[in-house]
Parts: sequence; structure tokens; C-alpha cells
Amino acid sequence: MYDIIIIGAGPAGLTSSIYARQARKSVLILEKESYGGQILKADIVKNYPGFNEISGYEFATRLYNQAKELEPDIKFEEVVEIKNYDDYKEVITNKSVYKAKAVIIASGAKNRKLGLNNEDKLLGKGVSYCSTCDGMFFKDKEVAITGGGNNAVDDALYLSNICKKVYLIYRQKNFKFDSINLSKLKEKENVIFILDTNIIDIIGDEKLESVVVKENSTNKESTLNIDGLFIAIGHIPVSSMCDNIIDTDEKGCIISNEDCTTNIDGIFAAGDVRVKDVRQLTTATSDGTISAINACKYIESKLKKG
Amino acid sequence: MDIVNINNNFDEEVINYKGICIVDFWATWCGPCKMFGPIFEKANEKYDNIKFCKLDVDENYECAKEFGVMSIPCIIIFKDGKEIKRNIGLIGEDELDNLLGDLNV
Repeated sequence: MYDIIIIGAGPAGLTSSIYARQARKSVLILEKESYGGQILKADIVKNYPGFNEISGYEFATRLYNQAKELEPDIKFEEVVEIKNYDDYKEVITNKSVYKAKAVIIASGAKNRKLGLNNEDKLLGKGVSYCSTCDGMFFKDKEVAITGGGNNAVDDALYLSNICKKVYLIYRQKNFKFDSINLSKLKEKENVIFILDTNIIDIIGDEKLESVVVKENSTNKESTLNIDGLFIAIGHIPVSSMCDNIIDTDEKGCIISNEDCTTNIDGIFAAGDVRVKDVRQLTTATSDGTISAINACKYIESKLKKG
Repeated sequence: MDIVNINNNFDEEVINYKGICIVDFWATWCGPCKMFGPIFEKANEKYDNIKFCKLDVDENYECAKEFGVMSIPCIIIFKDGKEIKRNIGLIGEDELDNLLGDLNV
């Protein structure tokens, strides 16, 4: 039996592991893919305290190595279910079953899809969810990016330095946040803002050819011929492995406060998987810290009760 | 066998190869691709009957273009020089095992 099982090796989970190991708890980290999580897709991180700038990959790798030095067990397995018993929790993966006194769910979030026909079919054939991975394939070409948060704005700026023309399509009239990058983007001659507009169709057979957009206020439809479509409309939480016992909101986010507790004692939620207003690298590591400290407290309180 | 780095010798290493060959299309600037590197290396040690190759899309842009690679990480599996399977996006050890296990080699 482990003291703490951490689900997910992104910034929240790895930070949890550092704190839990420093508190001399035995830790098992379970990760489905590879360490790092969403930050891997960030070209450059400029808002993490202590680093003027660092690539998402380098940040993730440093954090992973830092966590590994404290020797948690790490297994690359997919968690499919969590069970709660009086004295322990059971975490079931695609390969095995593990027991722990406490569980921290830091499984993060995955890309939200537009939900249009051809979106899956043309993935990798013009449709992409990762500007930094795929932008170079569209050098000197015309692309569109859709979304209105910081990710969309940052990615549009990245693409504007590579591509001939970038259409930024957003369903609202105003962007969610003002930022340095948004003002930089507005100065770019090759960026065309298409606001108050939705993408309603993705066209292409062997590869992406165009998208059909519709302006909300006028219902006017038009077609944009593009080689690439980057989708940056946010993320959906990865909580299906626990939503039978853990309370989630209508989006699937685990209901939890800043203390990272859930409706079940001894099961905590950290990072993008839980309900929260601000989703940043700093808030993920903050959750990692709080969830680990509270998990340790939980274990110690159980010990006292005997 | 070591992983073969493809450098303008795609035809020789992949197309003319008799048997199963898997090519990892990657780039130095792609975080998820770098993450996939060790997973690919581990699989190489495990599957003796499959030839493992890596192709840096910056060095071999034309080749990536020819195969319509527009999103990385991307792996393409070839049998006797013909594409039989492709996967786009970062996958873990298990998913790679599933892809390769299905090939019956």
C-alpha cells in the first residue's frame, strides 16, 4: 500500500509528488502518456516566477527530474477507475490494481474539439491542436486559428511569425483577456481578426481546403480558403475515471475548493481537472502543493484515530 | 539494432526495406516529439523484428511533405515499403505497444 497515489505527471501532479516525498510519504505516480501535460505544447513560458523565459518542454523536463530525484515510483499506465473503501483507496489501471491511503487526481485536461464533421478526419491533414508542433508545416501559407483565450492569442502570434496570413476567428466580439501578446498581434499586418463569428463547417477530403464561417450578428456565411486550421478553444477535464464516485460539474470538472478536497475524504483534486477560475502553470503547481500537504494531513489524522 | 536516422536516404532505408519499418517524424522544436523519443527508443529495444527510424522534418522537409505529414509527433508504419498505419499525436508506451502488437511480428 502506498501513502499517496498521484494520477497524472503534469505540473500539478509532479509538484504534489515533490511535496509528498519531502514529507516522507511513499508515492506512486500514474501517467497515461508521458510527463509534462499541456505545458509541453508551450513554445515559451514567460510568466513562471523565477524564469525570465523557458520552453514548455524544458520546464516539464526540469520539473520531472526534480520530482524523480526524490524517488517516487512512476508507472506509465492509464487509470480506469478509483474505488473508495473505509481504510484505503483502490486505483485500477489498464494493467494492475494499486492501493493507497490517499489519492490526488491531477489528470489535467485535453483539447476541446469544435465538434464539426471532418474535424477528426482532417486531423494531421490541416487540422491541428498544437501550433508549436505543427506551425512550421504551414510556413508561408494561409491558416486560421480559432479561440479567444490567452492560448489562442499566443498561438496566433506564434503562427503570424511563420505563416503568410493568419485569420483569428473568435465567437465573441471581445477577447477574454487583454495582454501584451494581444496588442502585439493587433499590430501584425498579416493577422486578420474575424470576431463575433463561428466556424460552422470544415471542408476537405484528402486535406483541409477551407472553412465556412458565420457571423453571429448578421448570419452571413462566407468561405475562407486555408491550408491549416488551429483549434485553441480550451480544454475539457479528464475525469471519466472517477466521475462515478467524485462529484463533477456539468463540464466534468471535479468540484473542489482551493483546499483541493473533494466529496470523498482522502481523495484530492489538483490542477486543470478541478473547477477553477484561473488555469495557469502557477495555479497548477499551487494546487500540487496544497493537495500534497492536505493529503499528508489526512493520512496523519487517520493514523491518530488509529 | 540502433534507431536509423533518416537523412535523404528514405527510399533506401524505408521504401526498399523488406519487412516492417516504423518511422517517427519529429522536430527539435516540438515538445511532445521530444517526449515521445524515449518511448520510441524503449520500443526499439523490445521489438527485434521491426526496423525503427527517425526523421527530422527540418532536415527532410520534402519527405515529410511527400507523405502528407502536417502534424507531429507522427509515426508511420510501413510494410515492404508501403504505408499500412499511421498515428498522429503523442502516445504512451501502451498505445505504441497496441499499435505494434497488432502487426503480428
